[in-house]
Amino acid sequence: MTSTLTPVRKRSALTKGQLPKFAPYVVLALALVVGAAIMAVIGFNAFGWGIVSAILFTAGLVGWSAAVEGGRKAKDKLATCLVVGSFLVALLPLISVIWTVLVNGLPGLLDPGFLTTSMNGVTGAFDNKSVEEGAPVVGGIYHALLGTIQITLLATVISVPVGLLTAIYLVEYGEDRPLARAITFFVDVMTGIPSIVAGLFAAAFFFAVVGPGTKTGAVAAVALSVLMIPVVVRSSEEMLKIVPNELREAAYALGVRKWRTILKVVIPTAISGIASGVTLAIARVIGETAPILVTAGFATNINSNVFSGWMASLPTFIYTQILNPTSPSNPDPSSQRAWGAALVLIILVMLLNLGARLIARIFAPKTGR
Amino acid sequence: MTTTSLTQSRGAGRAGDKVFSGAALAAGCLILAVLFGVALFLVVQAIPALVASPDKIQGGEGFFAYIWPIVIGTVIAAVIALVIATPVAIGVALFISHFAPRGLASGLGYVIDLLAAIPSVVYGAWGAAFLAREISPAYDWLANNMGWLPIFQGPASATGKTILTAGIVLAVMVLPIITSLSREIFLQTPKLHEEAALALGATRWEMIKMAVLPFGRPGIVSAVMLGLGRALGETMAVALVLSSGALTASLIQSGNQTIAAEIALNFPEASGLKVSTLIAAGLVLFVITLGVNMIARWIISRHKEFSGAN
Amino acid sequence: MSKRIDVKDLNVYYGKFLAVEDVNINIEAKSVTAFIGPSGCGKSTFLRTLNRMHEVIPGARVEGEVLLDGDNLYGPGVDPVTVRSQIGMVFQRPNPFPTMSIRDNVLAGVKLNNQKISKGEADALVERSLQGANLWNEVKDRLAKPGSGLSGGQQQRLCIARAIAVEPQVILMDEPCSALDPISTLAIEDLINDLKDQYTVVIVTHNMQQAARVSDRTAFFNIAGTGKPGKLIEVGDTHTIFSNPTQKATEDYVSGRFG
Repeated sequence: MTSTLTPVRKRSALTKGQLPKFAPYVVLALALVVGAAIMAVIGFNAFGWGIVSAILFTAGLVGWSAAVEGGRKAKDKLATCLVVGSFLVALLPLISVIWTVLVNGLPGLLDPGFLTTSMNGVTGAFDNKSVEEGAPVVGGIYHALLGTIQITLLATVISVPVGLLTAIYLVEYGEDRPLARAITFFVDVMTGIPSIVAGLFAAAFFFAVVGPGTKTGAVAAVALSVLMIPVVVRSSEEMLKIVPNELREAAYALGVRKWRTILKVVIPTAISGIASGVTLAIARVIGETAPILVTAGFATNINSNVFSGWMASLPTFIYTQILNPTSPSNPDPSSQRAWGAALVLIILVMLLNLGARLIARIFAPKTGR
Repeated sequence: MTTTSLTQSRGAGRAGDKVFSGAALAAGCLILAVLFGVALFLVVQAIPALVASPDKIQGGEGFFAYIWPIVIGTVIAAVIALVIATPVAIGVALFISHFAPRGLASGLGYVIDLLAAIPSVVYGAWGAAFLAREISPAYDWLANNMGWLPIFQGPASATGKTILTAGIVLAVMVLPIITSLSREIFLQTPKLHEEAALALGATRWEMIKMAVLPFGRPGIVSAVMLGLGRALGETMAVALVLSSGALTASLIQSGNQTIAAEIALNFPEASGLKVSTLIAAGLVLFVITLGVNMIARWIISRHKEFSGAN
Repeated sequence: MSKRIDVKDLNVYYGKFLAVEDVNINIEAKSVTAFIGPSGCGKSTFLRTLNRMHEVIPGARVEGEVLLDGDNLYGPGVDPVTVRSQIGMVFQRPNPFPTMSIRDNVLAGVKLNNQKISKGEADALVERSLQGANLWNEVKDRLAKPGSGLSGGQQQRLCIARAIAVEPQVILMDEPCSALDPISTLAIEDLINDLKDQYTVVIVTHNMQQAARVSDRTAFFNIAGTGKPGKLIEVGDTHTIFSNPTQKATEDYVSGRFG
């Protein structure tokens, strides 16, 4: 007689009192339209439109949710909007910086001779001429590029052995001794040394040891090493730690000495991670400006000897071209050179970052499966 | 097969072990020596400025009168940076750890890391050439509408090269530091706590409030402290962006100066006592950042032991 | 090429904690001796003291004597590296060196010690060792491939080949089959049977059937409770230990009443 009837409903009981799936899109469209209208009244610009629309979207969605779903769900929606919003806000400067550098840097970079000539003999007169008479912008970054490569290379040659050996001490010999713990703590502290203080230290050290006013590429390399060593120690330490203890034990059980085990088994196993960490450390210091500013001076000519004479570098080149244009009355050519150099520097840093990832992948131990 | 006695050594002898472990130990000690040397050489080179008669120091009123306005300026710039960067960084960290789709999360983390990869001088150039120009209308608005607040007192700088602009650039630079540390801490939140909160019917935000944020609080604090250390010592963003001057309360006028920028702007041409004065200023900066970093590391290490006990 | 081991009054400490107490045991040359017992009874710890591998663990130390054909491993002036080149070890989980090919893994003991060896000698040694580990036929065509590409059982036999390539007197095995499937386990057990013709083999195992299958003599270790030291309860012919033990605890354990 009685048949069990499944009640026919449009929506499941579990989705009752929820905003429909399309709600965010509707609110977004409305916010964009209303935002555009408001901006049209007070004067349109894209940035303001985005901000106003985002605020309207958040208010609209949270308000609707509060009305339909209640306070708790509305708060959840508000938090989601804020979190996603903060991520978008964080992207703004990244996009803006890269865009600014690209737009301003390409003309400089495409200038013939930009990568192959130095600033030796380039005076304000040339720049005035290029602005007033339309002559091409002369001068380039060859000397700065060379200086950056030399200084960074020397800093790497100093930092990698010291940093790697320290990491080996911490992982293989430290055994949680007080000295090992002190080194770990101070390496962490060292990562926080302001770069300009590292520069001042190197300057003060060479002033005291070699003579007042000693400014060479080598002094800058020492300053960069102070910044680089803790980075190398930290990354190498992490990499050595993840080498399984079983491999060390396997080597010891074959009657292999500890130092040979470390050199022939542990380091080869971790080498991809170590190399990629070193590359990242190079990427970090290659863009440092302040320490080079106080240690290597300014140079406009090519200097291929890191141990004597002032030396230019890309970051200090950018800095001086902006702050003290070659021709104070016509700063545009200097600014063009500075942005060109900035573009080259960013490309270098990005290549190093990319290189680090490639190294990590290519040199990783192969499974052969 | 001849049997070998156990006391016989074979292969490269024990000397290799001694040399190698000695070298590793020496490298470790070298790092301690360098840190000690940083302090020592800064002190030695700074002494002439500290003991010189007041009228010889720039400004004519002694080292203390010279240093304190730029210490205040340094703190102002760093505080602005943190006030802006901290909420955004925590939001970004939460987005990557708990909101973004799983597959995207690591890629988004890499995008934020790109922010850290851009050299500081490029940020400085961007701040000076782009941000300062774009933001100066906003300063006019602040001066006109909120000028009754001392920090927004007009007339606003026409170029936009103010300490607030420098602070915003600094905020962009410390953002990735705070983000990456907070993200790591958030990801370490015990899954059990999160699932317990969700099983009680909590929304995602309530779960974050109940489980993630309380767990991550010490981590956030130390991340902010490390960001502070970076912001205090950052040179280029300020040296290129700020048109410096005497200490002023208004954030939207030109004026104020930070220690790092003061050194960068003056050291290359300095000589004699001026060098000592600037190195002494560097020493002050070193001590401040060292203190901030040590507190941050101490909080982290305490937190590590705490979470390890669980 | 095999020697006997005699252990006299051996105590093992981790820092102040006494982990294994007062072990006396004689291990015959060219035989297989199995150590059995419940988890945490100190049998693996004790095994490691037989080639001084426990010294890798910070704070571990021993008192007493371990004599290899009369020479004390812990005598003054004895280099642990020399000890380990005469007493090899195979571990619980196969651990071939991931950066090396199969061939280089076998030669690891020679090459890592920087000993000069001609190519012909090396080829002969690789073939001899892999033959000895019953692996030659499976890998002879891909000696240049990474060792980590092999199956678990093959990897473990590669590790055994690596151990016998340095021509030790004794081979210690710490639960060598616990990470392997039954078929790979059978291959290793067959191999152990062959190895005892040339080497003294000591094997720690959780698996009593395995001990019964492969060993000539069996030693039973036990622990009175957590925090107490592990002790050697009884040692004897495998047949006797499993069918007619003198101690009640041994009988309980081998009959499956606990453990």
